[in-house]
Amino acid sequence: MLELPAHTEHLKDDILAEQQNNNNLENPGPLQTFEENLAKGEFRIQQCKDCGQHVFYPRLLCHHCGSNALKWVAVSGKGVVYSSAVVRQRPEKGGDYNISLIDLEEGPRLMSRVVDVDPEEVAIGMQVSAHVGMINDKPAVLFYNKEQGDKEW
Amino acid sequence: MSLRGETAVVGVGLTEFGGLPGHTHMEIMAKAIDKAITDAGIHKDEIDGIFSANFVEMLTPLTVAEYLGINPTYMDGTNTGGSVFVNSMQSAAAALSLGLCNVALICYGSNSATGPFTHPPAMHTVEDVYRPRNPITPYALAANRHMHEFGTTREQLAEVAVSARAWAQLNPAATMRDPLSVEDVVNARMIVDPLGKFDCCLISDGGAAMIMVRKDRAQDFPKKPVYMLGVGSRTDHNLISCMPDLTTTAAKEAAAAAFSMAGVTPADIDVVELYDAFTINTILFLEDMGFCEKGEGGAFVSNGNIAPGGSLPVNTNGGGLSCVHPGMYGMFLMIEAVQQLRGECGERQVDNAKMAACNGSGGFLASQVSAIFGTQETL
Ligand SMILES: [Zn+2]
Repeated sequence: MLELPAHTEHLKDDILAEQQNNNNLENPGPLQTFEENLAKGEFRIQQCKDCGQHVFYPRLLCHHCGSNALKWVAVSGKGVVYSSAVVRQRPEKGGDYNISLIDLEEGPRLMSRVVDVDPEEVAIGMQVSAHVGMINDKPAVLFYNKEQGDKEW
Repeated sequence: MSLRGETAVVGVGLTEFGGLPGHTHMEIMAKAIDKAITDAGIHKDEIDGIFSANFVEMLTPLTVAEYLGINPTYMDGTNTGGSVFVNSMQSAAAALSLGLCNVALICYGSNSATGPFTHPPAMHTVEDVYRPRNPITPYALAANRHMHEFGTTREQLAEVAVSARAWAQLNPAATMRDPLSVEDVVNARMIVDPLGKFDCCLISDGGAAMIMVRKDRAQDFPKKPVYMLGVGSRTDHNLISCMPDLTTTAAKEAAAAAFSMAGVTPADIDVVELYDAFTINTILFLEDMGFCEKGEGGAFVSNGNIAPGGSLPVNTNGGGLSCVHPGMYGMFLMIEAVQQLRGECGERQVDNAKMAACNGSGGFLASQVSAIFGTQETL
């Protein structure tokens, strides 16, 4: 159901009609699709049908070649730590945690956390694998240094 | 047409730094504007171009115009983060040169130390969910990568903070003037490893303003004009996860453009002012701008080389690390460059300074804007 701010409520019929005209657009948009996949436990990224390169974060346009033909694909989940930092936090607030940039085997780099080793033990060049977990009550891609099961993405 | 030497800074104004309790950001900005128009010897009604941005309001140029009671012909509220005022200076030089305005005011004010706390803006859900401690973590990631690739050490990062402090000790206006050693920096509380407390910039109140005109009028003001010789602006990401190479910033291309416009090289520069939000910045920008080779920044900043008495004076006011950092520092580094080229810097004055290079950085190492300024004789 279309939720509109109160001051635009009188435009609702026009906006719904417009939406019908635009039904060639992917609906929902790529970012929401990504998040819906995560909520189902699936980590999918986009690949460009024209240049073949992978795209992350999710976009409507390929930032490599400009094509608008992007498809959703599964990933190996394999990655390497490109850089890493330790956010210092008081124990009563949850303690220190790791923030890393991970280079996926498919090419894109993303921010995440490596969660199965001490934050300061996360090293550049470390091999990691992706799993969908929960962080701050939201589904998110997290990384483990050791293989966790044999889940296929 | 090239913008080389077409415009000049003829007025600058700085507020006191540190805490200015009970003042809005606009009031702090107004203090700086008052000083800049006094410095330039003009009346506020002569201003017809306004260039201003900050973190706490959207329509800053409108606020400034209303506050001053003027009706400008040209306004620019572009926001590229902390680099913005160097970027504004490029826009002002272009607008002045095309006659879209005749007297440009670039201005900034912030009460980030004593005013209401403002959370860092959300970046993107794909990063925000991990709660990176912005803005520190992106710089920690860059520092760690630089250490990994080039063997840069925490002691070398510390040299940047120690050099900035040594300059601040020569600047009566600087906020932090107590002695600081490499050991103090390395042993301080960690904030986001590998960056500790003294690797991070200050949080200050402060305002700054600058008046620019075309070269044909540059001699008509009380102070020695300082000419804009070159400028270059580039950006290669917004999210830190989208930065192509964490050890090379877009300052490489921005500075190359600025040096090319100015027709000079790093060897011609007498004094350098860089946006040192974190110690790693100074190392990255010295490398990217060509003051040393990529990867050699750690060694370059060591042994007092960028401190008073070193071979290259860098961040001569004490920088964002020890002088002032109200959130968007780009304005302050340009004003320090102007004051060095005027010869107004007292104990910290660089002898015979004729040409200065600046680099403003915005976002998380994202927007880079370099500028070269020179005295009359460099035209
Ligand atoms: Zn493509």
